[in-house]
Amino acid sequence: MSGIHDFTLASARDALKSRKISAVELTNAHIDAIERLDGQLNSFITRTPDQARDAAKAADEVLAKGEGGSLCGIPLGIKDLFCTNGVRTTAASKILGNFVPPYESTVTANLLKDGAVFLGKLNLDEFAMGAANLNSAFGPAVNPWKRSDSDTKLVPGGSSGGSAAAVAAGLVLGATGTDTGGSIRQPAAFTGIAGIKPTYGRCSRFGTIAFASSLDQAGPMARNLQDCAILLESMAGFDPRDSTSVDTPVPNYEAALKRGVKGLRVGIPKEYHVDGMPAEIEALWQQGMTWLRDAGAEIVEVSLPHTKYGLPTYYIAALAEASSNLARYDGVRFGERVSAPSLDGLYEASRAAGFGEEVKRRILIGTHVLSSGYYDAYYLRAQKLRTLIQQDFLKAFENVDVLLTPTAPSGAFAQDEKPTDPVQMYLNDVFTVPASMAGVPALSVPAGLDARGVPLGLQLIGKFFDEETLIAAGHAIEQAAAFHHRPTIHAGVSA
Amino acid sequence: MSLDAKTVTRIARLARIGLKPEEVETLGHDMGSIIDWVEQLNEVDVTNVAPMIGTGLAKPRLREDRVTDGNCRDKVLANAPEREGPFFTVPKVVE
Repeated sequence: MSGIHDFTLASARDALKSRKISAVELTNAHIDAIERLDGQLNSFITRTPDQARDAAKAADEVLAKGEGGSLCGIPLGIKDLFCTNGVRTTAASKILGNFVPPYESTVTANLLKDGAVFLGKLNLDEFAMGAANLNSAFGPAVNPWKRSDSDTKLVPGGSSGGSAAAVAAGLVLGATGTDTGGSIRQPAAFTGIAGIKPTYGRCSRFGTIAFASSLDQAGPMARNLQDCAILLESMAGFDPRDSTSVDTPVPNYEAALKRGVKGLRVGIPKEYHVDGMPAEIEALWQQGMTWLRDAGAEIVEVSLPHTKYGLPTYYIAALAEASSNLARYDGVRFGERVSAPSLDGLYEASRAAGFGEEVKRRILIGTHVLSSGYYDAYYLRAQKLRTLIQQDFLKAFENVDVLLTPTAPSGAFAQDEKPTDPVQMYLNDVFTVPASMAGVPALSVPAGLDARGVPLGLQLIGKFFDEETLIAAGHAIEQAAAFHHRPTIHAGVSA
Repeated sequence: MSLDAKTVTRIARLARIGLKPEEVETLGHDMGSIIDWVEQLNEVDVTNVAPMIGTGLAKPRLREDRVTDGNCRDKVLANAPEREGPFFTVPKVVE
């Protein structure tokens, strides 16, 4: 069966349609890879092999008739933040350890409608709060990449770390992620895959467990942008059940790959040259500019003057929303309950036992910045800063079509290199957070390896609902970078 | 600067999260350093800047006033940690 793990999502789709391979074969090969490798990666919280086999069988019947949606028979993994009807959904939290949703999120329902086969629920940072997947109640997901000079375990990034690890290792052909401040893009960069955070409002939030509602946005993660484009087209679309869903047509994203970048104006935000940025990240960024220029784009320096305030603004706005969103986990209607003689005692005991350390820290900060006497000084000021950050982007986009930046200030770090200072940990998101604050779309593509053999990504940021230009520019980078490296742990590598 | 134990305890009470004494100290330190870090936002003049409430991309919608969901009591109760018949249960709140 060698070769089955060389499929991309797009090539598997074509092979399924032409009946060169069956959905059952494809699904079984991935289930087998998960069984072989996920003991090392811990990318899955819940595996659903039986349901996957049934779905694959059904897909084959549809495909045999020459029918089937864009993802008919394609094995995917679902971040365990999307509610899946009848399948445990934990948000990687102890407090939802036994939660079985009686309904399906809109994004996963869209994927199922197009025929996708779900292999299970993927690991993440608890409630999507983290940048290394170290904050999971189910243990950390591990990056399938290793440094060339050591066997130490690297983090896959976060919060969509399980999605990133599973895609990179070939355990799934694609995965859903969610991105609040970089949770799709940073893990994509850390694991050498592609990921898109669409415009806020492009994918419905219905049935996605909320972290910061004004920022949370679902998006695809896959081995390349063609695969991401196919997934995004299925995931996206208007949903009356999400009041922030935007009613605008979903284009054929895959067609945008061929557009090219001739005449495209690519902005380089000068404020992203941050102090202490490693030379190899700076060099990769320069390389990205050269690639796009060689493909016919024009490189223009732009200014986003409020960049340095992006992270602190984010940590006020996102944590305030989190403290409010996570109030629902009270041990009464669902989730883990710790009994106590009084109602307040029950709340306090259930939440103390059910939430992990980082989630508690974030809820408390969020509560503080919203509390009487602090609201104006912190939360209201952050909302005003957010206006200024968004205006920076809108002004820049009067003059350029996309922005090019590094995705993260470093490659994947080791589990034991995690900074003890939470502020240091938050700096991982320095390049991804501003686009989230503005609500504009952004993506990450793998662009090279660092000196120790670990992947690095480049980020492109685009105009509202202009994912197509992002995909076109991203594909130009993909073609120039010709990133065909594989991680140490991969389904296609025989032991 | 660390937040003092009294402040951390007050915030934890507002958030209904029970904390052990050793957690109060660690969290006071971590929260203090995060609060110090966000103080840099005070450098920016935000006079006459409107607060951003969401991205403003979605237009508020009106819909017909009719029932679109419901009649799913058992589903609603399915994940209850404790229930009695068609009710969620909580400790006695009224003597």
